[in-house]
Amino acid sequence: MTAAPAPEVVLEARGITKRFPGVIANEHVSLKLQRGEVLALLGENGAGKTTLMNILYGMYHQDAGEVLVRGQAVRISGPSDSISRGIGMVHQHFMLVPVFTVAENIILGAETGNGPFLDLSVARRQIRELSQRYNLDVDPDAYVKDLSVGQQQRVEIIKALYRKADILILDEPTAVLTPQETQELFAIIRSLTSQGASVIFITHKLKEVLAIADRIMVLRRGRVVGETTPQAASERSLAEMMVGRSVMLEVEKQEANPGATVLAIERLVVDDDRGQQVVNGLSLEVRAGEILGVAGVQGNGQTELVEAITGLRAARSGRVLINGHDLTNASPRRVSETGSAHVPEDRQEDGLVLTYSVADNLVLNRYYVAPFARGVVRDEHAIMQHAEELIDRYDVRTPSVLTPVSALSGGNKQKVIIARELSREVRLLIAAQPTRGIDVGSIEFIHQQIIAERDRGAAVLLVSAELDEIMALSDRIAVMYHGQIVATMPAAGASREELGLLMAGARPAAPAVSEAV
Amino acid sequence: MERAAPQPPSRVDLLAYGRAVLRAALIPAAAIVVALSIGAVIIAISGANPLVAYGALFEGGLGSGRALSRTLEKATPLIFGGLAVALAFKCGLFNIGAQGQLLLGAIFAGYIGFAIQGLPAVVHISLALLIGALMGALWAAIAGALKAFTGAHEVITTIMLNFVAFNLTDWLADGPWKDRSPGNIVARTPTIAPEARLPDIAGVPLGIILAVLAALAVWWLIWRTTIGFELRTVGQNASAARYAGISVRRMTLLALILSGFLAGIGGAVETLGVVGRFQPGFNAGLGFNAITIALLARTNPIAVIPASLLIGVMQAGASRMQFNSGAASEIIDVIQALILFFVAADSMIRWVLRVRAEEGERVTLSSGWGS
Repeated sequence: MTAAPAPEVVLEARGITKRFPGVIANEHVSLKLQRGEVLALLGENGAGKTTLMNILYGMYHQDAGEVLVRGQAVRISGPSDSISRGIGMVHQHFMLVPVFTVAENIILGAETGNGPFLDLSVARRQIRELSQRYNLDVDPDAYVKDLSVGQQQRVEIIKALYRKADILILDEPTAVLTPQETQELFAIIRSLTSQGASVIFITHKLKEVLAIADRIMVLRRGRVVGETTPQAASERSLAEMMVGRSVMLEVEKQEANPGATVLAIERLVVDDDRGQQVVNGLSLEVRAGEILGVAGVQGNGQTELVEAITGLRAARSGRVLINGHDLTNASPRRVSETGSAHVPEDRQEDGLVLTYSVADNLVLNRYYVAPFARGVVRDEHAIMQHAEELIDRYDVRTPSVLTPVSALSGGNKQKVIIARELSREVRLLIAAQPTRGIDVGSIEFIHQQIIAERDRGAAVLLVSAELDEIMALSDRIAVMYHGQIVATMPAAGASREELGLLMAGARPAAPAVSEAV
Repeated sequence: MERAAPQPPSRVDLLAYGRAVLRAALIPAAAIVVALSIGAVIIAISGANPLVAYGALFEGGLGSGRALSRTLEKATPLIFGGLAVALAFKCGLFNIGAQGQLLLGAIFAGYIGFAIQGLPAVVHISLALLIGALMGALWAAIAGALKAFTGAHEVITTIMLNFVAFNLTDWLADGPWKDRSPGNIVARTPTIAPEARLPDIAGVPLGIILAVLAALAVWWLIWRTTIGFELRTVGQNASAARYAGISVRRMTLLALILSGFLAGIGGAVETLGVVGRFQPGFNAGLGFNAITIALLARTNPIAVIPASLLIGVMQAGASRMQFNSGAASEIIDVIQALILFFVAADSMIRWVLRVRAEEGERVTLSSGWGS
């Protein structure tokens, strides 16, 4: 690390240490990014990937260590500073204005013009050039709201390129993409690097790392635990480096033994927040003892479907039957009291009260019943005891039951939700994106819990944007597209390619819309 | 409106709890010191001696038995008002309408006080307090219902309802309920029956006893009951509350009703314990000082008591300060405004003190105008 940087190193971090109160997010982390390469930064959530990138991007300043851009030690004071040094970042959540055109979004903050008047013509031309050069296929005059998620991501990439960035940091870029879009993104990344750009690709997905990276750096608990190449690594070896122990990548499960229908949805119609009809007469059934996986690209009505079933959103028409009882538009509490557990898609927003202790979060849905309350008086002792039991049983890693849940890692937050939802008798489990953004170790545990519920005889409705997860857990797979189930098939025979095509809207080979009426 | 610390001590070791209390008190204490310092500069500029002024201020508020009882008198309605605002904050609601609710409570308690004669004191006082509280609750319930059923922001509606309350009580005091005794020309109601006056219990005014009990009750409600849990959950994260089966609508309504109830008692206590009748102007500003107090107390019901006492001292000592030092008594309003300013803008104080905000500790005034 003391040798002068080789000329081709465009970005280097040396001995970066960053502490937050109570945690060391990065401890003596060093990395080198060479010109024209894809460096994959692999690590579980909470391993310190994002902290490191935020330091390189100037959002935080490190406590120790230094950052070098093209061999020069620099102090990056903020995002605009990092952009001027050629570092661009594409965040997990896009920062685009939906009602603006692509060109308007791209020039935002760097407007070109004559005096007070905006001049888009130059920008438009540059965007077309960039788009052609890197095969991005983006129309500068399209409105962002009309673009698919994959296209929006490309707009973000152009935004960075337009600002002359040649070092791109992509934070979990494939989280929102279909398998096909992921392939397209990889092609774009290759075309970028072949023309001299350098890319840091942050992910926790092992397959992708092996597919796209030139070099792989693995972070665990804020430290670099290893560096390897796709040629020298396997999914298994990467997972072990990431987690620090051997993990099961396959989910072991027995043949399903389906019983009576627990959840029946009939011709459900639901609107989204803007009043657009996003669930269009959807029907499906889930039986006791089986897992029905709903596959689909995000934004095809899955969120609204789950909210309608769980009473969080009013359905316009159609019926929701649980155990034969009509629970259409019942209150969330009534739905919950039928023995329905809900692992919500947005765990930070819906599933947890972040400022509350782990103990309070563990009784969020049952705080009002014995033994946690007598009349209206809370029984703190019972709540604490319950919490102690559950953090033990569900392996929640927390300093204490009184720790605010905000201090926990993503995986442990999700375990708090799983523990709360599954620690009572469950007849229907609705799990939306149950492992999104969490670490491999926790994913493994949560998958086991879901299968255990199925084996105990619960009906499980699994909604996930991760095709691997759907394929690994489901007994049957339903593909959701534009608010309808476009195909349902046994998981055993399903292929990735076929599902990917269905998710992208291709009509199934058999007469379409087998279950959705 | 929640800070992570101090949580009520349940199996937490007392030392850690003490530390948490100290840490939570750091910002408000610094806000007070900074506000008093700036106040001192203003006093000096106005040509008075700040040390003399502050000496007289505290002497006038604490220096004698009479000073002390004046302070308690001032602090009593402030405690109720502070609790009202703090409780609404716990549910994520900014009740600017404590003033209006308090006025309604004050005038209706006055009405019960003068319109009925010959009741035993216990009954008369209880009745007057209850009606005052209920009127405050009703007044706040209007804003609560508007928020719960139409989404109208409570900041706007409570401000509007304040104006309605000002004018309604003015009209009542100058019209149907006006003191018609010979020689009276001002807008005020008749004096209340002697049985309706709040007595002293063992030398301590009943009002302050009730106020302290109310603070304890609010603390218990918020931290020890499922209702409090529901209120806090809605305040912390309304969507998680919905997910947990809590009716956000019901809680919004309930929080404002309870808030108005407390403010109403505050007004009633002022009428029954201090003024002896309703007279517009006597309650002016109480509801707004209540906001300062709730924020100074960081919405902690117990901390509302010392915060109210502090403001009470300043109000009780203001005239002594003016008399002794020549500094205008309005300087007190400036200091109070500065305290509010620095407590609300606590990141400025944090920057001065180089204190990092604890997770979830930052005071958020309101969830936003549109929500």
